[in-house]
Amino acid sequence: MVGLVLVSHIAKLAEGALELGLLMAPEVPAEAAGGTADGGPGTDYEKIAGAVERVSAKADGGVLVIADMGSSRMTAEMVLEDREGCQPEAVIADCPFVEGCVAAAVSAAAGEGLADVRRAAETALGRDCE
Amino acid sequence: MTDSAKLIEVLGNVKDAIDANAEYLTDLDAAIGDSDHGINLARGFRKVAEDLPAMAGKDIGAILKKTGMDLVSTVGGSSGPLYGTAFMKAGASAAGKSEINTEDFLNMFSAAIGGVKMRGKSEEGEKTMLDAMGPALRAAEEAAAAGKSAKEMLEAAAEAAAEGAAFTKTIIATKGRAAYLGERSLGHVDPGAASFAVIMKTVAESY
Ligand SMILES: [Mg+2]
Repeated sequence: MVGLVLVSHIAKLAEGALELGLLMAPEVPAEAAGGTADGGPGTDYEKIAGAVERVSAKADGGVLVIADMGSSRMTAEMVLEDREGCQPEAVIADCPFVEGCVAAAVSAAAGEGLADVRRAAETALGRDCE
Repeated sequence: MTDSAKLIEVLGNVKDAIDANAEYLTDLDAAIGDSDHGINLARGFRKVAEDLPAMAGKDIGAILKKTGMDLVSTVGGSSGPLYGTAFMKAGASAAGKSEINTEDFLNMFSAAIGGVKMRGKSEEGEKTMLDAMGPALRAAEEAAAAGKSAKEMLEAAAEAAAEGAAFTKTIIATKGRAAYLGERSLGHVDPGAASFAVIMKTVAESY
């Protein structure tokens, strides 16, 4: 199954988005990696790298990383570049933070592959009210 | 132009300058960002300075790479991955060298800017640190081509960086948190451009 890592400047935002996403898909391996090392607003490389490694150990289908903006996204990209070549693969999605998380969780729980889970996240916006 | 010992001295000076300007940089960020640029960078360069003694005798590439990694792991804001990538790319360009000349410096500077553009998916004119970095590199290249000394080259770069930072006051942010402000970002200096101007000035004054 594909796993998820949620990266935000705000720890509670990452945890909250993940809580919402996992309501429909509690079996998906996932972790939130929000805030700095001391829990303040910002991004922590080690926190993200640790979350990706732990989730990837439980997610044989790979890991989808969802980041909110700015340093979250850039730092997540650096983490993924630094583990390039490691299996399973981890990729970042270009998606709305909350809706992307929900769509990715549902797609992952359905057993879809990493590319499909990423696509689900990236086309998530407005899906529930079309 | 520079050996490992000199680089360690310069990085120590940069740490002091960022510390001294932390409040100024944070105030700039309070106007069009999230009020943390100076605090974040000061934390990052304190970690860099802490690790400098252990860098004695290492080559220039290794020292800059470690500097970049320290910034990535401690800054916590966008300037972490941006400056971190800049220092790591400069380091990769100087890999294995225990001394650099002006030509090496220009190549390292150019690689650093390429790293910032890649990491930030940005170009000059978007009200970012690139608006100070780009003019500084071009001024340094011109000075070097005109046969100026290393100190004169660095001074020209520092002056161009300060002008570039001032220029960001006149343009609208289209990258970074300030882009959410649109036209309301006009009239404010970009904190990243300002911090780069501080760094460049400190480097020039170290020679
Ligand atoms: Mg900021």
